[in-house]
Amino acid sequence: MLRFIVRRGLLSLLILFLAVSLMFGMIHMVPGDPATVMLGPKATPEMKAEFSRRLGLDQPLAVQLGRFYAGLARGDLGEDPFTNREVTVIVWEQLPYTLVLVLVAIGGASLLGIPLGCFSAIRRNSLLDRLTAVMSVAFIAIPSFVVALYLLLWLAVKWRWFPAMGAGESGNLADQAHHLVLPAIALGLGWVGYIARMVRASMLEVMEENHIRTARAFGLPERTVIVHYALRIAMLPTVTILGMGIGTMLSGALFAEIVFSRPGIGKLLYEAVLTRNYPIVMGSVLVTTGFFVLSTLASDIINAMLDPRLRERQGSGE
Amino acid sequence: MSKPRGLIAHTWSGLKKDPLGMAGFVLVSIILLLTILAPWLAPYDPLDVNVHNRLSGPSAAHWLGTDQLGRDILSRVLYGGQVALKVSLVAISVAMAIGLLLGMLAGLGPRWLDRVLVIGFDTVRSFPTIMFALAIVALTGPSLNTVIGVIIITSIPVYARVVRTQTRALRQRDFILAERAMGASTGRILRDHVLPNIAAPLFILASMDVPAVVGMEAGLSFLGLGVSPPTPSWGSILNDGYSYLRNSPWPIIAGGIPLIAVTLGFTFFGESLRDIFDPKLRSKDK
Repeated sequence: MLRFIVRRGLLSLLILFLAVSLMFGMIHMVPGDPATVMLGPKATPEMKAEFSRRLGLDQPLAVQLGRFYAGLARGDLGEDPFTNREVTVIVWEQLPYTLVLVLVAIGGASLLGIPLGCFSAIRRNSLLDRLTAVMSVAFIAIPSFVVALYLLLWLAVKWRWFPAMGAGESGNLADQAHHLVLPAIALGLGWVGYIARMVRASMLEVMEENHIRTARAFGLPERTVIVHYALRIAMLPTVTILGMGIGTMLSGALFAEIVFSRPGIGKLLYEAVLTRNYPIVMGSVLVTTGFFVLSTLASDIINAMLDPRLRERQGSGE
Repeated sequence: MSKPRGLIAHTWSGLKKDPLGMAGFVLVSIILLLTILAPWLAPYDPLDVNVHNRLSGPSAAHWLGTDQLGRDILSRVLYGGQVALKVSLVAISVAMAIGLLLGMLAGLGPRWLDRVLVIGFDTVRSFPTIMFALAIVALTGPSLNTVIGVIIITSIPVYARVVRTQTRALRQRDFILAERAMGASTGRILRDHVLPNIAAPLFILASMDVPAVVGMEAGLSFLGLGVSPPTPSWGSILNDGYSYLRNSPWPIIAGGIPLIAVTLGFTFFGESLRDIFDPKLRSKDK
């Protein structure tokens, strides 16, 4: 087991390292020198030289990459060239907004999806089961930003049930929660169906097993059998999916953040892209990619702990 | 699988038993027809500006209203389909071709090559797609070709992985071993045995990939990072609508509906195709 974790962890690190180096290399392959791109056409040669020197752009690529990793090891991602603030500080300021949004979205999706999947498994082929099957496929397919725009149009602009912009007044929890509702629905809607599908499939598997039959034979009420015995085991694979979901949602949050003008990592990256603020682009991509790789790693490890067969298969590269 | 006529009949009889798949097929066909016939169906030039009639609601002259420059939204939505069609056709076919090649290489090649390729696929997949797209656009500037390029790069691993798994599974089968023993070349085995066997799963994968590709193009165009104005794309129509949301809801309503229709249509159609051709895939999905 330990060998699997170490090997899988090293592979994740290697992948992250390749991804970051690739990103770094691409930034420096961009046609035209970054100083000109960032400062604009009116910058004097002295300004550009000073700017390049400050960001270390006058050094060879390998040196720059080495410096970047040395900084990264110290938790230093460099400086925002426009505001002179540290990139780590800026990213840390924005991250909680995105994390709260993601947690609320995935929490809400689970609250809806788990009972839906559970009912679908118990009442197989009922109307609710078939409706859930159709809806889950439908919700997964529709792009989240279209959902966000329709929610904004009807629930915020037309009926004014929810605020249209921002994250709410700081310190006012009720206001912040009110601002969270629509973005969280837009982000989580697709996951409701996904979770319901997962729970349904694993419930159906578990319900066939011996200990469920034994529990029933003992005359336990059906409710107890389902909630205490079947659902508890059926939840395990779903939990690993949720772990991975958090990583995926961190980047998916971008659209919800932009449509509802919420602060967050996605919005930070988007604005950095528009202003060609490379250190910020690098920092926010690194953080989201890191979360993504880590959450995949975590759910792989949990999966392997639950299912030794999988461990064997993944160890051999399948 | 050798007779195309039998293949079509098989698909058709399978679709007839699955109302949802049939609905998806009909939806996909309608949208494809509307998109291809856009130049004849569109009542106006999608780029024609009319400042006297800005942000109007639906009327007899403009069924879906007009946008902030007085352009006819219906015409823009119809032409917007052509952008989506072009992106999905080009991106999916190129990604599929490269994925096929790399997947077969990984599946049949030496072990070290397989390892390297798999790490490569994992690296590309480890970037959250939208972040990767944004980063690339930050470097190269917004354009439709960039969007197509990003979709190709991020889709290759999806196809390559399926091809690799299928190729590896086939490699051990008796009939392949027999061919090998009789001295058949690798090229011959690939062409005559591997390719026909992975064609069906590959096309099913492609049809289920369309919603993601169309969504990606629309998403990037919505962010102003895809097609350049004034070219209409469903995403850029939504972007215009978002800016003038408080003046008129029609651009958003009109830009969103085809996106929902395409994603639902292809998903239901693709799921149905998968059930018809490869019931095994279905159980793997659980």
